[in-house]
Amino acid sequence: MSKFKKKKSGDLPAISTASLPDIVFMLLFFFMVATVMRQNTLMVENRLPFADQTEKLEKKDLVMYIYAGKPSERYQKQFGKEARIQLNDKFADVNDIQQFIIEERESKREELQGLLTTSLKIDAETGMGLVSDIKYELRKAEAYRVNYTTKNGEAIKNMQ
Amino acid sequence: MAKRSAPEVNAGSMADIAFLLLIFFLVTTTIETDTGINSKLPPIEEQPEDPPPRKEKNIFIVLINQNEELLVEDERMELKDLRQAAIDFLDNGGGDCNYCQGAKDPASSDNPLKAVISLQNDRETEYGAYIAVQNELVAAFNYLRNREANRLFGKSFIQMEKDFNDSQYRGNKEKLEEQIKQIREMFPLNLSEAEPKERE
Repeated sequence: MSKFKKKKSGDLPAISTASLPDIVFMLLFFFMVATVMRQNTLMVENRLPFADQTEKLEKKDLVMYIYAGKPSERYQKQFGKEARIQLNDKFADVNDIQQFIIEERESKREELQGLLTTSLKIDAETGMGLVSDIKYELRKAEAYRVNYTTKNGEAIKNMQ
Repeated sequence: MAKRSAPEVNAGSMADIAFLLLIFFLVTTTIETDTGINSKLPPIEEQPEDPPPRKEKNIFIVLINQNEELLVEDERMELKDLRQAAIDFLDNGGGDCNYCQGAKDPASSDNPLKAVISLQNDRETEYGAYIAVQNELVAAFNYLRNREANRLFGKSFIQMEKDFNDSQYRGNKEKLEEQIKQIREMFPLNLSEAEPKERE
């Protein structure tokens, strides 16, 4: 009978933490569902310019990303400080864009190929020379829909 | 002895495991969607035909130099004044335009259909400055389109586009599409971009 005596001796029963895993799992599932994994590791500096007349870029699977900017610090020794283009996970040349677009387009279903948008994630300090080279290549590849991806903010902040 | 139940598995560390996963997903999450300025590039013309003649007064030239200075119609301008200047130009209605509310200055554009904004920049111009200017010009178009949409359909143009993309929208989508098209035709986005110039 000593078993029962022991139980009664405690003055306050501990709060049950048995439902804690349930709560945490609930949160976990929320974040798992809401998560979009970063597709590319950035190798360039990418401080996007500000704009406030923006539209949302929906349907993430129909977006191709082109990054451009100065190589980040750890790549500067190898690639210099001149602004460069990044496609997928590596640095690329302007001439590679057409091939990239064609490959991306072929990986999509046929009826969706016309709806592809190119998202240009370009560092605010990049020169327009490189940007218009990119745009010219996109026109050659017949990828006319572009989105200049920006951060939300007053446009005047770009001028400082 | 037959009634001895199996020992209970200690579930105390379950919370720890779940927390570990939770923190991983918290760190890797990017919930916000990308936003940006949508634009459509013009196709490349193999043999450039003679462009249709446009009157000088129907062209609004915005130039950004490599020091991020704005030159609008040969005059220096601050970025904050650009939006109003573009609105005044597009909405001028010097020729036949029955919905324009501008000054009807004969030296400015005839009507929004003929008016073209030409954006020029140097190769050294920073991309940020270009986006800032682009943003202001899009804002000018949005302002005029909103005004007309409010006048004709009692709803802003932005709202109309939002409704059109909303799958939950209950109204008549075909009618809405027609209305959006009508507004777009009233103020077509005539933005022409020249190839950037090399400065000597």
